[in-house]
Amino acid sequence: MFEPIKVSMESLNLITLAPMLIAIAGGLVILILDLINSKLHKSLYVILTILILIIDFGATIGLNVNERGFFDVMLIDGISIISQLLIIVASVLFTPLALTSKRFHEYSYPEFFALFLFMVAGFQFMVASDNLILIFVGLETASLSLYTLIALHNRSNSYEAAVKYFTMGALAAGFFAMGSAVVYALTGSIELYQVAQALASRLHETEIALAILGSSVLLMASLAFKLSLFPFHTWAPDVYEGASAPLAGYMSIVPKIATLVVAIRVFGMYIDLGVEWVRDMILVLTVITMTIANLMALVQEDVKRMLAYSSISHAGFIMAALALDTTEGTASIFLYYALFMFTNLGAFAMLWISRHKVRRFSGRFDHPYEKFAGLIHIMPMGAVIMALFMLSLAGVPPFSVFWGKIYVMQAAVNAGYIWLAIVMGLNSAIAAYYYLKLVVYMFLKEPVKDVDTVYYNLSKPLMAVIGFATVATVAAIFYIQPLISYLYYMISASGY
Amino acid sequence: MDNILSVLVFFPAIAGLLGFVVNKDSIRAYGITVAAIEFLLSLWLWFSFDSANAGMQFVELIPLIPDFGVNYYLGVDGISLFIIIMATLMTLIGMMSMSITENVKNMIITLLFLEMTMVGVFVALDAIIFYLFWELSLVPMLYIIGAWGGPLRVYASIKFFLYTFMGSLVMLVGMLYVAYVYHSLTGVWSFAITDWYALVLPVNTQLWLFAAFFLGFAIKVPMFPFHTWLPYAHGQAPTIGSVILAAVLLKMGTYGFVRFSLPMFPDASVMMIAPIAAISIVMIIYTAMVAYAQKDMKQVIAYSSVSHMGIIMLGIFAMNSEGIGGSVFQMLSHGIVSGALFMLVGVIYDRRHTKLMSEFGGLAAVMPKYAVIFGIMLMASVGLPLTIGFVGEFLVLLGFYEVSPILTILAGTSIIVGAVYMLALYKKSFFGPLTKEENKKLKDLTPVETWSLVPLVAIVIWLGVYPKPVLDPINNSVNAMLVFMKEKAITAEAKDMITIPQSVIKTGEVK
Repeated sequence: MFEPIKVSMESLNLITLAPMLIAIAGGLVILILDLINSKLHKSLYVILTILILIIDFGATIGLNVNERGFFDVMLIDGISIISQLLIIVASVLFTPLALTSKRFHEYSYPEFFALFLFMVAGFQFMVASDNLILIFVGLETASLSLYTLIALHNRSNSYEAAVKYFTMGALAAGFFAMGSAVVYALTGSIELYQVAQALASRLHETEIALAILGSSVLLMASLAFKLSLFPFHTWAPDVYEGASAPLAGYMSIVPKIATLVVAIRVFGMYIDLGVEWVRDMILVLTVITMTIANLMALVQEDVKRMLAYSSISHAGFIMAALALDTTEGTASIFLYYALFMFTNLGAFAMLWISRHKVRRFSGRFDHPYEKFAGLIHIMPMGAVIMALFMLSLAGVPPFSVFWGKIYVMQAAVNAGYIWLAIVMGLNSAIAAYYYLKLVVYMFLKEPVKDVDTVYYNLSKPLMAVIGFATVATVAAIFYIQPLISYLYYMISASGY
Repeated sequence: MDNILSVLVFFPAIAGLLGFVVNKDSIRAYGITVAAIEFLLSLWLWFSFDSANAGMQFVELIPLIPDFGVNYYLGVDGISLFIIIMATLMTLIGMMSMSITENVKNMIITLLFLEMTMVGVFVALDAIIFYLFWELSLVPMLYIIGAWGGPLRVYASIKFFLYTFMGSLVMLVGMLYVAYVYHSLTGVWSFAITDWYALVLPVNTQLWLFAAFFLGFAIKVPMFPFHTWLPYAHGQAPTIGSVILAAVLLKMGTYGFVRFSLPMFPDASVMMIAPIAAISIVMIIYTAMVAYAQKDMKQVIAYSSVSHMGIIMLGIFAMNSEGIGGSVFQMLSHGIVSGALFMLVGVIYDRRHTKLMSEFGGLAAVMPKYAVIFGIMLMASVGLPLTIGFVGEFLVLLGFYEVSPILTILAGTSIIVGAVYMLALYKKSFFGPLTKEENKKLKDLTPVETWSLVPLVAIVIWLGVYPKPVLDPINNSVNAMLVFMKEKAITAEAKDMITIPQSVIKTGEVK
């Protein structure tokens, strides 16, 4: 009756799965270790996590470009490799932040680190496939782990944040599934390259245009949730506020890189097919996102919320490069995130060094601006480093984000979108105000009373991470060239 | 020493970093020594500068981001040479006369970093490097105004930062567009200004790009109506901040016009002569009148600064050797004179903690040395013959006379109105009876103050009597630029308008 299915191991090309399997196996090892001896210190798990991520990094960087594997669902092209590398580097930077000098509930559980590695694997699946189902599975694996990680912070507003993020995320997942279903109904395929072929021949039919509208709006809504684009951005500040500071920094980078890759694959396909209004929709959304988020950030009283809005604005900024659909545009997305990663993670980590058990300066906020007043007198080095991060985020040369900004703007100019470059420029000018506000508080105001009891959370690993982020921020000019040429090579190799 | 420009740029920065180690009681001596060494280095630059060569000298080129066309590319010509020397001189003198007592260490280190950015702007030949120093110069100034300023210091410093930052971001888009055009024509990415000079752009593109660069530069100059940040910044800044701001930072804007706008967009520049001349005249007359209405001495000088910057703008857009050369000279003259005037206001402010003219009167009797130096600087500011102010202003007016005699006459009124408000200031503060009790015991200039001001007086008179050593290299480079602009211009009006002096035409080419 049925033909026996014969699959040769070589055609499976299992090496493409290696990076994710390493992360998952690492997570399982951590769980097993805990079963054997439940009294192990968190430092062990931290270092194990880092080692696993380093092996993961090695496995990823060794992959060949433009290969498919595992029944053709895995797609290892240039953007999948560089986005995986970025995700791993950001994760390596994040992990040592668990080694604080104060004890925190969440890090005493090894499950934290296991979940963390599962999340990394989920994101890696998401970027290393053009199969909508596998992308969905990756997205959900990563998101469910992330919700739990937020809730582990064990404060009432972390639960609130986790539940908020979960409900919003579930809605987004629903949209994604529906959008994929429409695509499947339309073309009979969920592999994007086959979808593109099927659509290309039938693009002029009106029914198809309508269905494309439906699917891209649904997919857009779901990805916009994850990218926190207007009008799906409202969860972000609350969730960031509830999450611990390093995790908030992490959330502003890694899930967005992964989602952007999916967006490049899906919307890049539509734009390539010549569906111009998808491009227009993205442009409108991104311009509104960066402007609204900037304006909202102006009125925030809490530094963490300000940084949350600022990263929404940066996400809008970078998403605009996607609409350009040029090699430079795509390269600029990754360059921007590679540079933004260090600065933003560093800035969030700076919030982490002065964690208070009880709110000291305001009944409502954890990190009001007053807390940073006169930091130059209390902690001169800390104030200088934080100011460097703020200036970098504002786009003052020669700090890292500036180079990302000009590269994005150059890509916009090259693609003929000069107005977009000007909007980006003006938005950077608005943004400078709220970054400067923090600089002004730190350098030009007197400290609020009873600062002598500031509750430091600083430890050597934290200092190492912040120091590394500072060096990466200040010395960006020296590593831009190799970074650009690598990114450009990888992206043009995979045809974007 | 071929890499003297790199040394000039980074020596103050390295010294600033090492300054963190120096004890705070000795930091002032440290700062002055470093600034003096930097000044001597800049003088060395002048001596090894070949005045017969109109092109870029001491060129350094190191690729930074070759894929993107960004290079570490420095060079100096007659136009930038003296502005660099003025910047190092004013930093030195400003530091010597500084009266700040709290957080001196932070101030000295900030000033040294500021010096790096100032020199960097004037030696950069790569647009991105130029932009880098241009933006970076805002940060130390923000700190100087914000940390040592008056009661509204935070507002003033933020306003200063945001205003300039916004303008320069639009300029950045302009730069990126030029790079894009360069790439699409030649296939190579380059941000080198000397490469960009070779681009011949359509008039329409030139106009748009001119507008983008104009916004960046005009806010910095500051041109009417973008000048509103300046009185706040000056009003709140400490003396040293005002000195550096007026003497050097404002020159970045006018220097930008000479370095970028004119040679890159000759046709657009010629088309924009009329509107820019109109704005400049408004700037000259309106701010002079505003200056007359001020009660605060420092505000008078702040507004007079805007008025003088109008003269400089007018000269740049005269499109001839006298006008542009005169403008560059006037930049130096305004830098020295307004810097000195701000220092002089600082002197009286340190003694009385007020800058209101109504608080003074009859100061000439108690502070004779002060009154003499103030008088000389004031005359130089007004443009009295045999002072430095006369040379620049005269050349500018001479140059613009060829463009439009009527507008020149209007601009010439600045000398009269300038004399009115300056002499009124002098009369109210220095002459008349000594009415206030507190003024009777005022001490005259201390030796430190005297020795910071006397060199400036000497320069004011030396260059007023014999400006040739400075004017020659300036004119040489300006002539070369004009020849080049005339060749490059595509419209007939521009070719007609850009005038090359007879002497250059006779010898056939610029040396």
